[in-house]
Amino acid sequence: MRLLTHNMLASPVKGANNAFPLKLVCEKKEVMEADFDAEMVKHLLSRVEYDALRATVESIGEGPLPVWDDGLKENEDFLRQMHHILLEIHVIEGELECPASGRKFKISDGIPNMLINEEEV
Amino acid sequence: MKLKELEGFLQTVTPFQNPKVMLEQYPTSPHIASRMLYAIDATFDDLDGKIVGDLGCGCGVLAIGANLLGSCYTVGFDVDTDALAQAHENNTDCEAEVDFVRCDIPSYFDGENGFPRKFFDTIVMNPPFGTRKKGVDMEFLKVAFQLARGSVYSLHKTSTRNHILKTASSWGAKCEVVAELRFDIPNMYKHHKKRTQDVQVDFLRFDLSQVSSPSESDGGV
Repeated sequence: MRLLTHNMLASPVKGANNAFPLKLVCEKKEVMEADFDAEMVKHLLSRVEYDALRATVESIGEGPLPVWDDGLKENEDFLRQMHHILLEIHVIEGELECPASGRKFKISDGIPNMLINEEEV
Repeated sequence: MKLKELEGFLQTVTPFQNPKVMLEQYPTSPHIASRMLYAIDATFDDLDGKIVGDLGCGCGVLAIGANLLGSCYTVGFDVDTDALAQAHENNTDCEAEVDFVRCDIPSYFDGENGFPRKFFDTIVMNPPFGTRKKGVDMEFLKVAFQLARGSVYSLHKTSTRNHILKTASSWGAKCEVVAELRFDIPNMYKHHKKRTQDVQVDFLRFDLSQVSSPSESDGGV
C-alpha cells in the first residue's frame, strides 16, 4: 500500500466522526523506484488531501513536506519529492487506526484489511 | 503496447484457485480482459495517465492490465483475502504497480463520513452479476458512480440491460453498450449442470462527465 492509497481510505467504523485520516503505524516499509513523470504527479496531487498526507508523512519519519502553497505545483523539486512520497514508498506491514474509535486494521503483505467483521465472508 | 502483447501478459495472471460461489467469482478471461482494456484505452482514452479503480478485482486481471496500459495509479478492491493474495502475486509477476485494499465494497463505500470522494478518473470492473445475491450488481455500480469522475466500465448480464440503462439514466449517467460478449463460464461450481455455460454479457460504458462537475470540496489541492 502506497501513501496515496492511505490518503483515500477512511474508517469503516459506523458513526465515527472525524474518521480521516487513519493513523498509520508503519512496521515495515520498502522503497521501490518508479519512473518520474511530472504531469502524472501533478495529476495525482489534484486528488490528495494534502494536510492529511503531510501529517501522515511526518508521523512515519519521512519528509518533512512543506506547508501547501499553490506555487508548489510548478516546483520540480517538490514534484520529485511528491513522486517519491506517493509512488515509491510501500507500506508492507503495519496498522491503520480509526482516530475516532481506536479500532485497528491490519496491513499485511502490503494489503490493508478494512473489514469490520471477518465473518462477513 | 499492442493488443496481443497485453493478452500475453494477462495470460500469465493466475485466476481463482478456489472460487467462492457466494461471491460469484467468475474469472475475466485474458481474452476478454485484454479486449475490454484495449477498447477503453484506444477508443475512449480512459486509461493512459488516469487514476483507475477496480471494484471486486478478484485476482486483479483488469487492474493489472489497466496499469500495464499506462494508468498513473491503480487500486483494486475486493472482499476475499485469497483472491487478493493471488492478485498481489500476479501484480508482482507482471511487474505492475497496483495497490490492493480488502473491504466489503457496498458497506465500506456507503457514503458515511463524507466518503467516498471522487478519487478515480475511471472505474473498470467485472462485478458479481447478482445471480446469487440479488441486487449486488447495482450496489457495485452505485459505488462506482460515486468514486469515478470520468467514466465507469462494467460487465453485466444482457438480460438485465434495460433495468441497468434505466437506473443509470436516473442517476444522470449516459450509458452505451460497447460490446456484447459471450462469457464462457467453466463448470466451477456444483450448481452448474452443464460442462460449460455460455452467458450473454454486455460490456457497458457509463459517461459521468455530465453528472456533476467535481468541486474543490471533493478533495485535492
